[in-house]
Amino acid sequence: MRDVRDALMVARNTDGKLISRPLSPHLQVYRWPISMALSILHRATGVGLAVGALLLTWWLAAAAISDSAFETVQWFLATPVGMVLLFGWSLALFFHFFAGIRHLAWDAGYGFEKPWYERSAWAVVIATVVATVLLWIVGLAVW
Amino acid sequence: MSKAPHVDIMRSPLGRARGLGSARAGAVHWWMQRLTSLALIPLTLWFLCAMLRMIGATRQDVISWMAGPLPIVLMIALVIATFHHLQAGLQVVIEDYVHHDWLRIGSVLLVKGLSLLLALVCIVAVLQIGL
Repeated sequence: MRDVRDALMVARNTDGKLISRPLSPHLQVYRWPISMALSILHRATGVGLAVGALLLTWWLAAAAISDSAFETVQWFLATPVGMVLLFGWSLALFFHFFAGIRHLAWDAGYGFEKPWYERSAWAVVIATVVATVLLWIVGLAVW
Repeated sequence: MSKAPHVDIMRSPLGRARGLGSARAGAVHWWMQRLTSLALIPLTLWFLCAMLRMIGATRQDVISWMAGPLPIVLMIALVIATFHHLQAGLQVVIEDYVHHDWLRIGSVLLVKGLSLLLALVCIVAVLQIGL
């Protein structure tokens, strides 16, 4: 027995023989409620943003080192690849930001009722899209 | 009259025998993740506003922006909260999906070590730019 929880998976069948109970169905058999998609996305964007922190480190370190190092970062961020990375980063950041606030509300004990559960999920999606679009409109205007 | 049977300890005998427990610090990880996320709400909004001003900036622009104490302090606070939050989150993800003991411990330590080093790089860079 690898794990103490395995003990809960052992049972007897009708012949009295010891058997391992099957696991309950996993993710693939359920339809996708929005809350499930958001939960998975929250984790995925968290991992993505962790990788994005490398970009912040590069930017700061380059600004500390030399003019040419900083010019390289700024040049890279303005290339199509850099722009796509920045767009993905801002989208992930806003999503994680709003979904994180939803999580904090749950931690404080609010928002578990079904209508609010669904409403807050859609609010996160809408807020993410609106904030990202606004940021890029302002960003491209000042560029 | 006999008293109803009761349990004095929450910990199971098996848990005691295996020697695994919270080590009295079980909630700290969870709590710090929430505290850093709270701190990151205003810090992230400030950071985005600051970065909008840094689009197409030269190094001189960055240096003059970071000349005052406020951007230096907020930037260092952002870096500390970000990297602490990041390593706490990645640790949970690794612990969920990596089941091989040594691989899991190794990757968690690697993530924590790298996060600390990168945070230090950011902090030193901010100080070098601003001071």
